[in-house]
Amino acid sequence: MIELGDVRKVFNAGRPNEFVAVRGISLSVEAGKATFLTGPSGSGKTTLLGLIGCMARPSSGRIWLQGRETTSLPERFLTDLRRRTFGFIFQQLNLIRGLSALENAMLPAYPTGEAHRSIRKRALELFETFGLSPKEHARAEWLSGGEAQRLTIVRALINDPAVIIADEPTAHLDTALTLDFLDVLGRLKAQGRTILIAGHDPLVSESPVVDRVVSLRDGMIEGGAG
Amino acid sequence: MSRWIERQRNILDLTLSSLLRRKRKNAALFAAYTLIVFLLASVMFMSHALKREAASILAGSPEMIVQRISAGRHDLIAADAAAKLSELPGVQEARPRLWGYYYDPVTGANFTLVASGEAGLDPGRIAVGEGVARMRLASVGDSIEFKAHDGSLLELEVGEILPRGSALVSSDLVLVTEADFRRLFGTPAGLATDIVLRVRNARELPTIALKAAEIYPDTRQVLRDDLLRTYQAVFDWRGGLLVIILGGGLLAFIIFSWDKATGLSAEARREIGILKAVGWETSDVILMKSWEGMAVSLTAFLGGVLLAYVHVFLTSGVLFEPVLKGWSVLYPAFRLVPYIDLSQLAALFFLTVLPYTVATVIPTWRAATVDPDQVMR
Repeated sequence: MIELGDVRKVFNAGRPNEFVAVRGISLSVEAGKATFLTGPSGSGKTTLLGLIGCMARPSSGRIWLQGRETTSLPERFLTDLRRRTFGFIFQQLNLIRGLSALENAMLPAYPTGEAHRSIRKRALELFETFGLSPKEHARAEWLSGGEAQRLTIVRALINDPAVIIADEPTAHLDTALTLDFLDVLGRLKAQGRTILIAGHDPLVSESPVVDRVVSLRDGMIEGGAG
Repeated sequence: MSRWIERQRNILDLTLSSLLRRKRKNAALFAAYTLIVFLLASVMFMSHALKREAASILAGSPEMIVQRISAGRHDLIAADAAAKLSELPGVQEARPRLWGYYYDPVTGANFTLVASGEAGLDPGRIAVGEGVARMRLASVGDSIEFKAHDGSLLELEVGEILPRGSALVSSDLVLVTEADFRRLFGTPAGLATDIVLRVRNARELPTIALKAAEIYPDTRQVLRDDLLRTYQAVFDWRGGLLVIILGGGLLAFIIFSWDKATGLSAEARREIGILKAVGWETSDVILMKSWEGMAVSLTAFLGGVLLAYVHVFLTSGVLFEPVLKGWSVLYPAFRLVPYIDLSQLAALFFLTVLPYTVATVIPTWRAATVDPDQVMR
């Protein structure tokens, strides 16, 4: 499904503050499985997720998505691919304040040119699935931690992506909410979606939902290529 | 095509929600913007409509006026000069006129007095403009007292109040008979204020003016086009005076909007990052911000222009009347004929809507060209 070949990412290349975040990682992520990237802060987890999710380009190396090389695609195609293939769940949730929960959830679908009514219908179905129906008109900042977390999941699913990328999704959740989240992940996996999670929460890494744990340190995979 | 329209609709929809989030800030911006457009458009509409009004009135005035000049000042002319001037080739009619200004100590206003044979007035009767009737609280049948040149009082009866059609000029007008005019001002018989000429062919005017100057070297010839130019220059000057004052306000507004639009807040940058991260292209983000800028500036422009239209043509430009209409104490109450110059409106549009939209888009473009993965950090 996703293949990485000797991927490197260097920030501020050639400047005094040059920083190598990812040092030649090669990795294969299987479709329909949940992969957990773990490692200490600064080990390159978030950068790697960003590279896989077409949010940034590697400084060198190649990434293939379903056999198609993505690293050399122009920005427009890359954005389109990101929009249709990936759903993102961010550590900081990244909801837009002042907008309603429903509008936040519909955001990723707006530029696709799909009819507003059909996006709204799909969003309301997802709200129903995730128990958010009573909150559709509530502003994002009025939601509780658990509700906001579920809203980011709805937003990640609005374009029906094949891959879910979650960066430290349980960092701000208590045990009960983390277990709820893992339950949702299990359901998404059962739908055939590929799941990539980064974090260091043992509740997640030891969960039966996770099929594989990849450990990173200093921008490399511990124990060689994955 | 339908996907393109849907995309625009979706993004516009979000833009409106986004604007409503910051109601107070946007309302203040909108109000300031509308006020500036309103003031500029009012000056523009008013000076233009006044110029047109003056031009349409002058269109009915004589093509040439011959005035005697004595020691560089306008002096009375022999009325029989009209007969001699009418013999010039190309002249259709030459007629002596008697007119002057009367300072009314009761109201402190100046009236324009014209001796008119055409009005069909009986001796001792006058026809007055709407403004004169208003200020002297006079209606048909009432008498108005005038102080003659020798200090005696002359009582004249109002026989008619002039229609309001050309209020700008006729408002302060008093039509009297020739005999009453001469009695009031002591103008000797056989002398007139000036002589007006009508010609068959307007192209011959310069030649006729030259010939008139040859016969009467102590006269000047005032052509209608000269009057028109003078009127326009006066209105342009007054309009320009207001524009300069408003220019200061406009400049302050430009600095204000530039500051508001260019200084993207940390919150705005974060939002742009989120949109990019969830799959928006740079062009989508710019489109949204353009809509946002357009929504504020375009509605403010339309609102300001609409208010200016109401102000100028429905309330007779109540705010600018004293400056634009004249220095006289006697302000005619009249309504201007609605007229809009599209090229001036377009200039106003480009001066107000475009800079704001550009000022909104450039910083957005700079913020939106960053890698979306920055939002994950």
